[in-house]
Amino acid sequence: MRLRKEPIISGLALIGLWQLASYFFPPFLFPSVAAIGKELLAILTQGELVVGALATSARILGGMAGAFVVGGAIGLWMGRSAGFERYIHPLLIFNQGIPALSWVVISIIWFKSTEFRIWFIILMTTLPAFAFQIHDSYRAISKDLIEMSMSFRPSKWDLVRTLIWPSVLPGIMTAWKVNLGNVSRVVVVAELVGAGIGVGYELLQRQQLFDMAGAIAWTLVLVLFVVVSQGFVTMLESHFLRYRPTSERQR
Amino acid sequence: MKVVTFAGVSKRFDGGSHGYAVRNLDLHIGQGELVAVVGKTGCGKSTMFNLLIGLIAPTDGVIRVLGSNPFADFDALAGKIGVVFQNDRLLPWRSALDNVAYGLELRHVAKERRLAVGRDWLKRLGLEVHSEKYPHSLSGGMRQRVSIARAFATDPEILLCDEPFSALDELTGASLRSEFRRLVQETHKTGIFVTHSIGEAIDIGDRILVFCAPGHVAAEFAVPEALRELGEEGLKQRILDVMGGTGA
Ligand SMILES: Nc1ncnc2c1ncn2[C@@H]1O[C@H](COP(=O)(O)OP(=O)(O)OP(=O)(O)O)[C@@H](O)[C@H]1O
Ligand SMILES: [Mg+2]
Repeated sequence: MRLRKEPIISGLALIGLWQLASYFFPPFLFPSVAAIGKELLAILTQGELVVGALATSARILGGMAGAFVVGGAIGLWMGRSAGFERYIHPLLIFNQGIPALSWVVISIIWFKSTEFRIWFIILMTTLPAFAFQIHDSYRAISKDLIEMSMSFRPSKWDLVRTLIWPSVLPGIMTAWKVNLGNVSRVVVVAELVGAGIGVGYELLQRQQLFDMAGAIAWTLVLVLFVVVSQGFVTMLESHFLRYRPTSERQR
Repeated sequence: MKVVTFAGVSKRFDGGSHGYAVRNLDLHIGQGELVAVVGKTGCGKSTMFNLLIGLIAPTDGVIRVLGSNPFADFDALAGKIGVVFQNDRLLPWRSALDNVAYGLELRHVAKERRLAVGRDWLKRLGLEVHSEKYPHSLSGGMRQRVSIARAFATDPEILLCDEPFSALDELTGASLRSEFRRLVQETHKTGIFVTHSIGEAIDIGDRILVFCAPGHVAAEFAVPEALRELGEEGLKQRILDVMGGTGA
């Protein structure tokens, strides 16, 4: 991985413009970059606040892990049974149309536990992407390779371990990256269902205090989480998918 | 006992053309024979292979491979059949060595043992320096050799080859062909070699079966005798006549 200069320049430009604006507007509209930096530093260093940031991260990973298991199972089952696919595919499409906010309302009415509500909301909103992606990669498993494996008469488990799993792994990685990119939008909304800790809760607090610097800092924490976790998946990808040919010519 | 027996075997696929891919096929192959099967494209050669391997079930007739029904008693033939496919069918996420050892791994041979066998086979096929490479960085001919090594590594009793060299240049094809012939004879295997090249069939087979659509044996030649009787050109012409005689 190589660090390009363009994103650094555009990032610095954004920071510069913001700083410029902070000279002309009151701090509750455009706090100075230094003020935001101070808040960010506090979040990343003060125990209580760190716990808040970690809580949100844990919720994201917990919800997505659930969605991965359930969505993955649905995706594989769709791949194995065309009948099941015909029934479940429209429901997944339907699900994709439901806004996160609707799941917030529904889960408040349905469930009592705040943590379960959040988990459920993340589960429902990230599940379709897992199911679709894993279904696609299951369907794409080469028939040639299946026949080749079958000619050795493997056990079911050996077939899964040596052929199915490596074949769907790239799709699983892609699904995680895509979902990590989307989940930050959902988790904050989910945390409005009465969480007493976490990024969503903190944002709500800052809004009530008109504390723009805090709000921005908490937002940055979330962005940071997404970037780091996607980077982590990319790292796994380049390790596990290192067998893939790379083309010298790129367009 | 015959190693492979097909008696009145037919196969018709649901849907599609509704025609027979294999029709009334009789086939008897004895221990240690190396049989070449020639036939026009679409005449049912691969379907015969898939029936023999047990990947598909016959619509009619009886198939016995080493005394077992390859489809119904699927596991009975574990480790008994090795297949070299038309394309190499290597697992892209495995090194050449791990690809060669793949069949042994599925037979639960201990890791050290299977890697040793795999290395030995790669060496026999002149690939020892490439053992750690992934398939994408091997040439087509090397990949095909890896797939030959994979088929031999499990030490099967029957070796099936479905036009394995048709994608290669003539020189490489010819050298791999004689390599294959040598390996089959050295290891006393029974081999069935499908090809659509008549020259290749004469080159490799002790016996040639000429397939015509829909999958049946239209003629059969014992190679040494036929060559003595007809000469190479004469034999080629006879096979061509049979192939052109029936079906599309
Ligand atoms: N899975 C399938 N479903 C339907 N029809 C099939 C299937 N497999 C093969 N066929 C048909 O059966 C016939 C024989 O096909 P097969 O693949 O056995 O031919 P082949 O002799 O191997 O040809 P080639 O030399 O081109 O490989 C063809 O008409 C083909 O369309
Ligand atoms: Mg074929």
